[in-house]
Amino acid sequence: MSDINSNIPEGELTNKWTKFKSSVALVNPSNKRTIEVIIVGSGLAGASAAATLAEMGYKVKCFCFQDSPRRAHSIAAQGGINAAKNYQNDGDSVYRLFYDTIKGGDYRAREANVHRLAEVSANIIDQCVAQGVPLAREYGGLLDNRSFGGTQVQRTFYAAGQTGQQLLLGAYSALERQIGMGKVEMYTRHEMLEVVKIDGKARGIIARNLITGELERHFGHAVVLGTGGYGNVFYLSTNAMGSNVTAAWKAHKQGAYFANPCYTQIHPTCIPVSGDHQSKLTLMSESLRNDGRIWVPLKKDDNRKASEIPEDERDYYLERRYPAFGNLVPRDVASRAAKERCDAGYGVGSSKLAVYLDFKANTERYGKIEALKSGIQNADKETCMRLGTAVIKEKYGNLFDMYAQITGENPYETPMRIYPAVHYTMGGLWVDYNLMTSVPGLYCTGEANFSDHGANRLGASALMQGLADGYFVLPYTIGAYLSKEISVKAIPTDHPAFVEAEAKAKGVLDTLINIKGSKSVDYFHKRLGHIMWEKCGMARNAEGLNEAITDIRALRAEFWKDVRVPGTSDELNTELEKAGRVADFIELGELMCIDALNRNESCGGHFREEYQTEEGEALRDDVDFAYVAAWEFKEGVNFELHKEELKFENIKVAQRSYK
Amino acid sequence: MSTGNMNLTLKVWRQKNNKTKGALVDYKLAEISPDMSFLEMFDVLNEQLINKNEEPVVFDHDCREGICGSCSMFINGRPHGPKDLVTTCQLHMRSFKDGDTIVVEPWRAAAFPVVKDLTVDRSAFDRVIASGGFISVNTGNAQDANSLPIPKMQADAAFEAAACIGCGACVATCKNASAMLFVSAKISQLALLPQGQPERYRRVQSMVAQMDAEGFGNCTNTGACEAECPKGITLENIARMNRDFASAKFLSEESI
Repeated sequence: MSDINSNIPEGELTNKWTKFKSSVALVNPSNKRTIEVIIVGSGLAGASAAATLAEMGYKVKCFCFQDSPRRAHSIAAQGGINAAKNYQNDGDSVYRLFYDTIKGGDYRAREANVHRLAEVSANIIDQCVAQGVPLAREYGGLLDNRSFGGTQVQRTFYAAGQTGQQLLLGAYSALERQIGMGKVEMYTRHEMLEVVKIDGKARGIIARNLITGELERHFGHAVVLGTGGYGNVFYLSTNAMGSNVTAAWKAHKQGAYFANPCYTQIHPTCIPVSGDHQSKLTLMSESLRNDGRIWVPLKKDDNRKASEIPEDERDYYLERRYPAFGNLVPRDVASRAAKERCDAGYGVGSSKLAVYLDFKANTERYGKIEALKSGIQNADKETCMRLGTAVIKEKYGNLFDMYAQITGENPYETPMRIYPAVHYTMGGLWVDYNLMTSVPGLYCTGEANFSDHGANRLGASALMQGLADGYFVLPYTIGAYLSKEISVKAIPTDHPAFVEAEAKAKGVLDTLINIKGSKSVDYFHKRLGHIMWEKCGMARNAEGLNEAITDIRALRAEFWKDVRVPGTSDELNTELEKAGRVADFIELGELMCIDALNRNESCGGHFREEYQTEEGEALRDDVDFAYVAAWEFKEGVNFELHKEELKFENIKVAQRSYK
Repeated sequence: MSTGNMNLTLKVWRQKNNKTKGALVDYKLAEISPDMSFLEMFDVLNEQLINKNEEPVVFDHDCREGICGSCSMFINGRPHGPKDLVTTCQLHMRSFKDGDTIVVEPWRAAAFPVVKDLTVDRSAFDRVIASGGFISVNTGNAQDANSLPIPKMQADAAFEAAACIGCGACVATCKNASAMLFVSAKISQLALLPQGQPERYRRVQSMVAQMDAEGFGNCTNTGACEAECPKGITLENIARMNRDFASAKFLSEESI
């Protein structure tokens, strides 16, 4: 069935990576000094790759659109990073992390990649601690762990609710060290607008200096994209405002296949939308589900305050439906269950599109333990709540403050209101085992690629993948390609391919400026977001997807006729930047719907209403759909499907159950 | 699109680029909702300007969750506005009243030149980090993380210093435009951890030298930085940095 080669090494699953590492061709140090690598993106995947490749001796150029690599959106990840360390002696192992990840991804991820991820996970923690990343510690001085959804062990390492920040600053400092030594040239406030291909291989990029508007040509023996996810196609999401698909999409248009675009992770615990002014959604870390119990009233349209609803009139629906995992079921399951309750009329808050996340029971439990620790037997409820609140504050203080700031409510006193929101995209550029796309010499890492998560991502696995790719995988695999490029001299950027790519990028910018239409970029972005959320969001069906495709095509035509971009292209012009990104989002949105329509099954973050069990759970079709859908871009915004068959040789494919 | 009931007057600093002069320009806004964030209120303003075929106000922003450190505005004379411990993106309009006039300016410091409108160039911070704000360890052969136990209190203190988001409010609010709170936060984080010890004194010397080279002023213990820091980074860090800097002076080249 497969018509593309994933280049997975032969042999036993557990030995593939070790064998690959010891047999892959190497580049000798003096040759590394003449080999140039371009890295686009400076988040966990990009910064760690740039730092590591520079440490190895390559000449590295790194690009980001922000004013500093320290601002990449990886910084916003809250909860933690998984690693199979088994520090808690609760039965964790590389195999178990591998197994949980494959199962969590609804058997739509590649075994060999996921096993490698589980193998290097432990090294990531070691590396970060060596860099001085202040991960949470126990009183004995050892690292602390907590649990995340979809697992029954405690393997998540964290730094309060700011794990992404601390890991990113670790990678950023490693990158700055190389910048200081002159081994990485950093280009901030630069956006990649084209991939330059020469003789079929990626040989550079066209980047726009966002301050001067100037288009620049940069050569590289290889190009790496670590440019993050595309959740902003929905307009409202938990992504940073600048997160975009442009670099990946331009690469796609140059021949890089786009894989599984319809797999969008909807995160179950976000602060609900408060009005149509809203520009983005804010996540409340999944780690809160360790200590928060999710419930709705048993009675429909119950308008009483949470505190006035007695215990026996509450429906702890996750604990009821999934006794084995309870509040810690994976994100897709928790999200759908919340939607199901709200759709059935049990939602809370003024919009009725929210459920409660309640910390009271665990606050009291912690309080009791604290009281006993300080020798108070039979502490009263008030004392327990006071002592317990201090514990909760220590664990999640910044998240509680953030919630209070946004909603104006005090979550220590009333339960949080939460609702699912678009969070992480599992789809992305197709890559082989080496993280190379279908364009030779063009690599893709982290959230921007599709490889490790399948149809759903378990919590605390995105940070793991970003750093695994950047620190431990790409630096090895890229050598296999570069070892054959040592005789290639730097190609001058007056080469016709550079000239042509620059002209193409300039053409798009000029067109956008010259439309001089009547509607703002945000107007189109919001309309696209609305179509995507309604028809390709938490639940999809064939009819809605067909409508969405028609609507998006009409929107695309209207955009190119009527968008208004004030200013010029030779200055800092944030509207022009947005316009280019939204143009790409519109094309991607169509592909997402096409992919969702093609996949006649439900799995993970892709829930097709036509395919569900009697109990309302996702109904997979492993006979017909155990493949990666890799789409090739064709002239005039058309797409051709290629399939990579997924083989499960080491794991028994089964109906996912968390009951 | 806005649905609230607040009417506001904004006085916003407009400056085309760093070669031209800037000025405060008045804008009227109606129907602002108290649930909006300050930046969402700016989105409404910009939508209004684009509809009039004018250029929108340029400002740095990205995560809108208070963690990336991009957003940077002086609001009524205070960085990140009137509330303590929040960034501009986490400031909500319920902190203002109907009829208010709000003055919005960019960060003010010679080391942070204005790029356009409210956007300034903070790359000096990156150069300070590049001069030594790291632990020199290559990827690949780190020892097992638990082979280096770190007392919880110490790890927590390092984390508190590490929570700096590099927004630059400390510099902007300081009468000397000193970067000492930012620099000392990184120095403290690494000085509090055993991994940071080998380069401890070399690090403080090179970072302070770079900070001076970038044109940041010195600290005169006014404490405005601590008062305005959205992440609660404390002056204690500056004390620690000064102590390490002084110690480094008395150490011989070999011991550094």
